[in-house]
Amino acid sequence: MGYNCVVLVKQVPDTKRVTGQAMNDDGTVNRAALPAIFNPEDLNSLELALDIKDQFGGTVTVMTMGLPTATDVLRAGMYRGADQAILVTDRRCAASDTLATSYILSCGVKKLNPDIVLCGRQAIDGDTAQVGPQLAEKLSMPQITYAENLVSLDGETIVIKRNLGNGWQEVKGQLPVLLTVLDTANEPRVPRAKQMMKCKAARCRMEVEKAAKEDDSIDVDAVCSDLEAKGLLIRQWDLDFLGADMQWCGRDGSPTKVHRIQSVVLAAKESKEVEPTQDAVETMVHELIEDHTIG
Amino acid sequence: MIEVNKQGEVWVFAEQRGGKIEETPLELMSKGRELADTLKMPLAAVLLGDKVGGLTEQLASYGADKVYVVEHPLLEHYQASSYAKVIDELIHEYAPQIVLFGATPCGRDLAPRVASSVKAGLTADCTDLQIGNHHIKKTDTTYENLLFQVRPAFGGNIIATIINYDRWPQMATVREGVMPMPEPDAARKAEVVKKTVHLSQTDLVIEILSEHLQAKKVDLKASRVIVAGGAGVGSKDKFKLVWDLAHCLGGAPGATRAAIDLGFIDSDHQIGQTGTTVRPSLYIAVGISGAIQHQAGMADSQKIIAINNDPDAPIFGVAHYKIVGDLNEVMPMMIKAIKEKV
Repeated sequence: MGYNCVVLVKQVPDTKRVTGQAMNDDGTVNRAALPAIFNPEDLNSLELALDIKDQFGGTVTVMTMGLPTATDVLRAGMYRGADQAILVTDRRCAASDTLATSYILSCGVKKLNPDIVLCGRQAIDGDTAQVGPQLAEKLSMPQITYAENLVSLDGETIVIKRNLGNGWQEVKGQLPVLLTVLDTANEPRVPRAKQMMKCKAARCRMEVEKAAKEDDSIDVDAVCSDLEAKGLLIRQWDLDFLGADMQWCGRDGSPTKVHRIQSVVLAAKESKEVEPTQDAVETMVHELIEDHTIG
Repeated sequence: MIEVNKQGEVWVFAEQRGGKIEETPLELMSKGRELADTLKMPLAAVLLGDKVGGLTEQLASYGADKVYVVEHPLLEHYQASSYAKVIDELIHEYAPQIVLFGATPCGRDLAPRVASSVKAGLTADCTDLQIGNHHIKKTDTTYENLLFQVRPAFGGNIIATIINYDRWPQMATVREGVMPMPEPDAARKAEVVKKTVHLSQTDLVIEILSEHLQAKKVDLKASRVIVAGGAGVGSKDKFKLVWDLAHCLGGAPGATRAAIDLGFIDSDHQIGQTGTTVRPSLYIAVGISGAIQHQAGMADSQKIIAINNDPDAPIFGVAHYKIVGDLNEVMPMMIKAIKEKV
């Protein structure tokens, strides 16, 4: 018994912390000033998967698509309790929009044949909330979006409470199923220090190869098999391994293109300083009545 | 995917619940009308449900030239799989060039599922749509009359214009409250196209056991005046002043994400990137520092008053009236002034 869960995670720039230093004078974003973080709602979906494993047994796999630097979120997934981590990485993934991304991820997820696929509702860099439902369609699975609570899981039947913003809904589905999870679903667990220390050493093959370039004494195969024996080898899958059809990947597989990007520079056209005194406030209110803003 | 075709219609998904069309698709009819007129093509509404035929007149009055109606007992309650299957079939049969959805919880659940099965591009949460041309220098190719899908991205710090020129339909979800509601014209008539679909119980993969949904308690979009409080207000108790000021102006209280997270007020009142986008005549920002995510939801307000004790708060950058001071003193002054004058 037990359930095999796959959690799709993403490394994102911390767009919620765009403060003074993170904005250039011309109003553009200084990306270098933004730390790369674990997409917040993916932590909630991981927590739900770990909770399912704690209650019913099974496995939790974390998977991400990205550059080798994205292994940071996979290590974080491992020290929080994931059994294995998979990096889908390939130059040909570059410039994938949500449709191509969901296709590539679907090729990876299919290899794992999971009972439950979990995603955060949306990632904070794009806020599209599209990859979850698109991935569900590609996997021919039912989708339960906005999941807030696992009500029950019994055999092949799952009951989930969804939060739709203006109320809730309790829905029942049959496994396999894809869930997108809200930040209100749970409080992600605090990882144990010992586990964090252990998983710090986890690497994917490309990272070991990179280290070997700088240090001749590193035998890539030996290090990788040692990591594997300790459960610390991050699997690294490319598009050939996934058997992906290139017409649906990367730029070719992405119908949406960027026409233009503008920085947001918000500024009032004209502004007045108003002293915090009764007289000044009354003058302001009078002006607003005069110009028909109020009244 | 369908081929690029200049003869396709402009479609709006007419999301309905319990036999009532939702607000956002009705708002979308005005933009849909404008796009259809620019392209000189018909505007069609796509209506799915059980016994919803009576809604076609309303859709006509809001601007639809045509209404595709698909009625089936199994379509009574929305769910992604069955609705996506039907819309996918309609898209393949009629090859529309543009398909728009409201970025409601339902629209954001459905549109990506449809886009994936059609293998079409989709842009989420657009704040504007235009028709325009795209030129590619390298090949010196110009694609004419494309749908420009304008949306905030990267936490609202940039505005991206997205296009799809080689695979259609061009699909987008559009945020609630960003398009003006059209004036219905009862004299307008639409051609009604009834479609039959074959659905069986196996298409209903999810069963709704129970639900409790309510209309939003506060209608921020319809408010001429909004008084919004941020974390700087300090406590739920002090937030009462925000309510008082809103009430004496006949307005609605709003809040930042931070204020909601602190429990000052419930999330119906949230304004900003992840909340409601508003453009009232007057927006009073109280104890709000003005994070870009918040500004994205209110910067289009006609007049903005900001009250904050921090003279460097970014909100002052968009304010027409800047009041640097203690909000607990300034708000009562305003209430007094308004009660005397109005």
